[in-house]
Amino acid sequence: MSSLRRIWAMVMRYWYLLRRSVPRIIDMVSWPIVDVVMWGFLSQFLAGNSTFIAKAGGVLLAGMFLWDVMSRSQLGVSVGLLEEVWARHLGHIFVSPLRAWEWLAALMAMSIFRTAAGLAPAILVAMALYHFSLFDLGLPLAGFVACLLVMGWWLGILVVAAILRWGQGAENLAWAAPFVLSPLGAVYYPVSTLPPWLKPVALALPAAHVFEGMRGVMVDRVFKPGELIDAALLNLVYLAVASLVFLWAFRGARMQGKMLQMGE
Amino acid sequence: MSAHPDTIISPNTIISVRGLTKRFGDSLAVDDIAFTVAEGSITGLLGGNGAGKTTTIAMLLGMLIPTAGAIRVLGVDMVAHRHRALPHMNFASPYVDLPHRLTVAENLSVYAGLYGVGRPRQRIAELAEALDFVQMLKRDYGNLSAGQKTRVSLAKALINRPRLLLLDEPTASLDPDSADRIRRYLRDYARESGATMLIASHNMIEVERLCDDLLMMRRGRIVDRGAPAGLIARYGRRYLEEVFLDIARAEPTAPAEARP
Repeated sequence: MSSLRRIWAMVMRYWYLLRRSVPRIIDMVSWPIVDVVMWGFLSQFLAGNSTFIAKAGGVLLAGMFLWDVMSRSQLGVSVGLLEEVWARHLGHIFVSPLRAWEWLAALMAMSIFRTAAGLAPAILVAMALYHFSLFDLGLPLAGFVACLLVMGWWLGILVVAAILRWGQGAENLAWAAPFVLSPLGAVYYPVSTLPPWLKPVALALPAAHVFEGMRGVMVDRVFKPGELIDAALLNLVYLAVASLVFLWAFRGARMQGKMLQMGE
Repeated sequence: MSAHPDTIISPNTIISVRGLTKRFGDSLAVDDIAFTVAEGSITGLLGGNGAGKTTTIAMLLGMLIPTAGAIRVLGVDMVAHRHRALPHMNFASPYVDLPHRLTVAENLSVYAGLYGVGRPRQRIAELAEALDFVQMLKRDYGNLSAGQKTRVSLAKALINRPRLLLLDEPTASLDPDSADRIRRYLRDYARESGATMLIASHNMIEVERLCDDLLMMRRGRIVDRGAPAGLIARYGRRYLEEVFLDIARAEPTAPAEARP
């Protein structure tokens, strides 16, 4: 009960910040809309010039939406730390009874909210402009979203660990990490497109399995549960590794007194 | 073989530190210090810039892991089990901020949640009344003056009615009237609740008025200890500030052991 109360207190801390910050709300909502407009027009153009796109209308938009789930989930976690660094607030929260895992749980909870609130308007825009509904993916959509949320969490935890270890100089990782991984995530093209030496690297990422699964549903009209299971198992491994890396970085920050110094 | 004096901990000892050392690379910030703080006392930690006061407080809070030594706070080993003691402690410092874009009330309600305070609204109202910031509850913390922030930060430190309060420069940026009110409030709080306080400060008037006992630090070591009046008498001075200057400007020699 105490843990839940502390997690809730931190969720409220981020909610208070978000609800009163118009720039943060605009940032959260506007980018997915910009993305959907751009990818929607591109999809319309390619539908008339590509048999692949014509066969599976919306495959690019679905890829964009699902990749945004991962990136926003990752940002929800890593920007949570940065908010504390910018506010010079780490020193207070970590001398309170809040445990590090409870803080991560609060960041994960907020990342779900930020992802949902950020993508909902863009989903409506896609329906209105392009008659595309992400929900046409059916039940597998829940599995795809869950796997990408979790991938965003472990990637966000790794970014948080890097910032704790190397300080604010590493904060650009929060925005760069999804871009760095996107070529390997097989978001817009099948893994078979990649050169043979790169395929195992791509298949080591949960995202590649999710997007193979998504194309299975949209292009071949077949749901491949194996892809979802592979993605979930990989997520478990990465989440465990990221947690250990975080604990190492957190201890390092406590060794070096970074809780007091960061943000100064 | 007789036990080291600092290993004998009386039942009313709230803080017990032995062999505490903190090294950052080649720099020795805290050098093998030992002291105890008795329950209900108000102890000042005095020293010039870089003497090791903030580093010592950070280690007492478990925010900084020592290079060597042992810290027991409220009977808890702070290196291994700090979360057992943290609900009963709190801390304020002008160098650690509260989120600027949250209102004062929002900030305090977050901390009421983190510390599991019952009837948080009532507690926040009590503190706002006592520390004179009722009118500011709905204002953004970032829009307050430095003195107003100090009062709110102190309210955050008192939100859980701590048994041990660690304060770094508690009246920094306050005008003399506000500073005097805060000191009286802290005195009353300590007397009524039996709380223990450890205060790092450069303000000699504050230390003389508030503290029962002083730990004098220089270059990472505790070089003297005693009640303010006792230290003034021992150094043959009229004011504590003169004692501070004597200690801060003394040639480095083999440091004296802390005298409990």
